[in-house]
Amino acid sequence: MWWSWKRSRPNTGYWNITPYKEKIAQRAAEEIAAGQVINLGIGIPTLIPKYLTSEKPVFIHSENGILGMGPRTQPGKEDRNLIDAGGNYVSLVKGASFFDSTLSFALVRGGRLDLAFLGTLEVSETGDLANWIIPGKFSPGIGGGMELAQKSRRLVVTSTHTDRKGRPKIRRKCTLPLTAKGCVDTIITELAVIDVTPEGLVLREIAEGTALNEVIQKTDAPLIIPRREVPRF
Amino acid sequence: MIDKCVSIDQALENVRDGDCVMVGGFGVPGTPFSLINGLLEKGTRGLTLIKNEANEDGMGLSRLIEAGRARKLICSHLGLNATVIGMMNRNEIEVEFYPQGILAEKIRAGGAGLMGILTDIGVDTILTEKKQRIDVNGRSAVVEPALRADVALIHAHRADPFGNLVYQKSARNFNPLMATAADTVIAEVEAIVDTGDLDPEHVHTPGAFVDHVVVMEEITSEYGVLEHHAL
Repeated sequence: MWWSWKRSRPNTGYWNITPYKEKIAQRAAEEIAAGQVINLGIGIPTLIPKYLTSEKPVFIHSENGILGMGPRTQPGKEDRNLIDAGGNYVSLVKGASFFDSTLSFALVRGGRLDLAFLGTLEVSETGDLANWIIPGKFSPGIGGGMELAQKSRRLVVTSTHTDRKGRPKIRRKCTLPLTAKGCVDTIITELAVIDVTPEGLVLREIAEGTALNEVIQKTDAPLIIPRREVPRF
Repeated sequence: MIDKCVSIDQALENVRDGDCVMVGGFGVPGTPFSLINGLLEKGTRGLTLIKNEANEDGMGLSRLIEAGRARKLICSHLGLNATVIGMMNRNEIEVEFYPQGILAEKIRAGGAGLMGILTDIGVDTILTEKKQRIDVNGRSAVVEPALRADVALIHAHRADPFGNLVYQKSARNFNPLMATAADTVIAEVEAIVDTGDLDPEHVHTPGAFVDHVVVMEEITSEYGVLEHHAL
């Protein structure tokens, strides 16, 4: 029996999350199919579970040795021996299991992880991902990110379309050291849903109230725009 | 009957300056705080430490590093420890990073008497630039040598006097791997039961791997819930 989240109104009080991050998480949740084994990276991906419906039971994997992670534990109910990979106290769903760190990554590298969501610093038009190091500024280590990027069966990047200085994150080529080459399948931002295809980046959807020109302007890499009207999200 | 139970001082007696020490745990769960604190009191220095991460500032492994006892740290991520990142950036400690599952496999290989592993993780990245490569059936692989240590510090939930260990929930993580990969394996345990009282089906680490068992006198506050990670 799988446990699943009920759709509820986003609670923005705990994390002081800006609305566009909620919007990205909500759209990202639609990429998940019932019964999948998924992993949620830090940042925006951790907001995804509250947008999963009871029709979409999933097993959430955590690198520290859990399959079947539930929502964060209510205050006062925390278990000192039960955290997610980011250190937060979590609950379990029915059917959950524990294992050591080699088995945890056997699941990832061995091809049993259906879908991973990761944040990013840059993505290239060929699906290269750069999200772990800014030489000289930010180098906390790779953690499990490289294995998730390289080996999950599908990788969805959830990210703001531009960085804090307004520079495009989706580029012809990454300027930062790569996490993995050609690993990204889909990019979801507050402005658009973009698929990485052998032909290039295809604009699949565009956010409600966003002009096509804005998406093109804020994307460094060329976008393939379908001839038909692009659906809104 | 075999009885491996000793005091912390007895267990740590043979840890020497310059030793390589593996330490279990992923965050608080599974971190052997009592043994780490014992090492801190003993004053051992020049250590090479191997752990998934360095705990958070002022806790566990970070205390040993902050006290200048470690020459080198081998880990996977330091995102929750700005103090150790600062020490790394000031070259006060050498830090070697590995992808988390590769770190785990290197330790598993060391424990299994293997010389190393072959992997394609990171082949296109700067992380593997200076590493030995070999061709396996037309695919480029990185050679990752096995990791072993002089001493492993383990935290388990329960043990028997032979050293059979049972871990709890997400406190398992690197502990069973490290318990196979060191010359001296020391396990601190929250409770001891009589030999024969652990269900053989549920033993995670067989006692053959364990040299010393230290029964904890109390579960101190550092093992408890961290308020800043609670809702």
